[in-house]
Amino acid sequence: MKRTISVLVEDRAGVLSRVAGLFARRGFNIESLAVGPTAEAGVSCITIVADDRDNVMEQINKQLNKLIDVIKLKEYAPDELISRELLLLKVNANAQNRGEIAELARLAGGKVCDITRSSLTIEYCDTPDRVESFLELCRTYGIKRVVRTGAAAIEKGQHPLSLDE
Amino acid sequence: MKVCEAMVKCLEAEGVTEIFGYPGAAICPFYDALSRSSIRHILVRSEQNAAHAASGYGRVSGKCGVCVATSGPGATNLISGIASAYMDSIPLVVLTGQVDSSLLGRDVFQEVDITGAVEPFIKHSFLVKDPARICRAMKEAFYIASTGRPGPVLIDVPVDVQNCETRFSYPAQIQIRSYRPSSKGHPGQVRRAAEALRYADRPLLCIGGGAFAPGAGEALGRFLSKVRIPLVHTMMGIGAVPPAASMNLGMIGVHGQKGANLALNRADLLLLAGTRVSDRAIPSPELLSRDKKVIHIDIDPAEIGKNIPADIPIVGDLGIILDQLTGEVPSLRFRDWEHEIGFYQNRAPAAYPGQGIDPAAFFRELCGRMWPGGILTADVGQNQIWAARQFRVPFGRFLTSGGMGTMGYAIPAALGAKAAAPDRQTVAVCGDGSFQMSMMELATLRQHDIRVKIIVFANNRLGMVRELQQRQYGRTEAVRLDGSPDFLTIAAAYGFPAFRVERDAEIPAALDALFRSEGTTLLEVRVSPDEPTLPPELVEF
Ligand SMILES: Cc1ncc(C[n+]2csc(CCOP(=O)(O)OP(=O)(O)O)c2C)c(N)n1
Ligand SMILES: [Mg+2]
Repeated sequence: MKRTISVLVEDRAGVLSRVAGLFARRGFNIESLAVGPTAEAGVSCITIVADDRDNVMEQINKQLNKLIDVIKLKEYAPDELISRELLLLKVNANAQNRGEIAELARLAGGKVCDITRSSLTIEYCDTPDRVESFLELCRTYGIKRVVRTGAAAIEKGQHPLSLDE
Repeated sequence: MKVCEAMVKCLEAEGVTEIFGYPGAAICPFYDALSRSSIRHILVRSEQNAAHAASGYGRVSGKCGVCVATSGPGATNLISGIASAYMDSIPLVVLTGQVDSSLLGRDVFQEVDITGAVEPFIKHSFLVKDPARICRAMKEAFYIASTGRPGPVLIDVPVDVQNCETRFSYPAQIQIRSYRPSSKGHPGQVRRAAEALRYADRPLLCIGGGAFAPGAGEALGRFLSKVRIPLVHTMMGIGAVPPAASMNLGMIGVHGQKGANLALNRADLLLLAGTRVSDRAIPSPELLSRDKKVIHIDIDPAEIGKNIPADIPIVGDLGIILDQLTGEVPSLRFRDWEHEIGFYQNRAPAAYPGQGIDPAAFFRELCGRMWPGGILTADVGQNQIWAARQFRVPFGRFLTSGGMGTMGYAIPAALGAKAAAPDRQTVAVCGDGSFQMSMMELATLRQHDIRVKIIVFANNRLGMVRELQQRQYGRTEAVRLDGSPDFLTIAAAYGFPAFRVERDAEIPAALDALFRSEGTTLLEVRVSPDEPTLPPELVEF
């Protein structure tokens, strides 16, 4: 099962490399990773999606916690989270099917952000699952290029992960 | 004040009196400032040995060992020492010079990304580019290295930053919001552990290197006086057991005592105290834990459940937790188990079937002559196992590279240990291969008048590898040490007396001569190239 870990870290040089290096050398698989600043100055949030094969999540959490720059972390099951991924997609499109693709994007909740004679560029932001199915739908037209971010995720409800105990 | 001067002031404020190092261009400002301090600098002959010496110093003094090197090759030479200290949880503060901060990332002369290089095997590291951050970084380094699970911490300072002006202010105490090691054990878990002990039939205490944490030894003594529990220890735990403990079965593991391993298998409750259950100590932890309850006490939560499943995990400071536990349990004895343990204990040494020197007999004679509190450092290989299996010195310390098995550790570690405790007798045990990895440090011993006894086990082989190759491949390759120098002549070249012993009958006289001799003295012990690591009756183990 996929698990998501939100890691609050000191925003310092080398933090990301420490986190990534830890996963690499201990053989933990990262599905996706996204980093960005938080509301707190000097604190970044790293969202990591990992596969909980062989019960490694406990070790991942503990090893991450050992990194001095890690302030706090929390692991979530998929149903505890709101999770979003951004997809930028360049798909083949011509005068005949351009309208059809644009309509598809619109229905799915995406947005056309660039048009050329032979292509459409679409931005699409949704749960990782729906990003996946939208991408599948677009394959029939011929995909020129795909760029995806890792998932950014936030817990549901009114008890956010924060620096205070 | 300049950053380099502040660095020295920080060391002084931290109570550092000795540091081990090797200079070079990128660390020159620091060395200039150091020359105006009363801190004693011990110039080693290779940076790796500065780290090992700091490790020996740290282990014996209970404080952080400090070592220093220049950028590039100086820094990379430290790496094996840093990794060895990391594996054995030894507190080190490592200072390195770095190239000019404006040139970082351009591959200039002697630039190497040392903080990046050591990342996988260091507790933490700093690259200090802002002069205003130096004092805080130094304080954090000492704090992080010596608290929680100890380990090495590195501070890399570009040469231009060392020359910048800064304001000296060394905080007496600090808090790091992202680093809060726990100390007290969870009371509920301690109660569960006490309960489990009370209902156990065959409990066994297993002691690791964590027992050398400040206060842990005393707490262990208090615990054992209330709970008469048989005990074993890992290689890192040698010397941690109070001499009064009556049911010490010795070292467990691949190279351990048979009685200790038997007890480990027979126990129905295993109380792991400050050990990470390495593969050398417990080769099949899953199998072992199947028929017993496991209580695991460790300062590092990540070690609990990593190698062995734990029924009762207790995270925190070993000394505090043992005292908590002592407070929770009634006086306990396990008479049937004691009776059974009696059969595993005190077996007379088997007759020696080999030729030449009997290593076990040699070490029994050696330990018998060492003063209480004596320090024995052991290199890696057969010599290390022979030493580990026999080491028994009241209040003594046995220092070896347990987790890494780094050849060449013994001499620099002894050097550091002796610098930390000049009044304690210090003996370094080496193989003839290992000795040749650090024999340049004889000059350091000479230059700084540090007095250690050096024992070289000469089998003209990389003995342990020879044995492994023979057993697994039926033939040997690249294990002959032909071309080795005459070790007595080497010692003489540095002005040290040296002797050789070739027969069992000569051992007592040779050891007497070794200990009678003033200052650093070398004893070469000739052992058979075919000598096995373990007594023959244990080889199938
Ligand atoms: C730095 C390093 N290189 C290689 C090894 C692999 N190794 C383990 S034991 C050993 C042989 C050591 O030979 P020696 O010091 O003569 O000790 P002996 O086993 O002969 O007593 C070797 C090469 C090691 N542990 N450390
Ligand atoms: Mg040898």
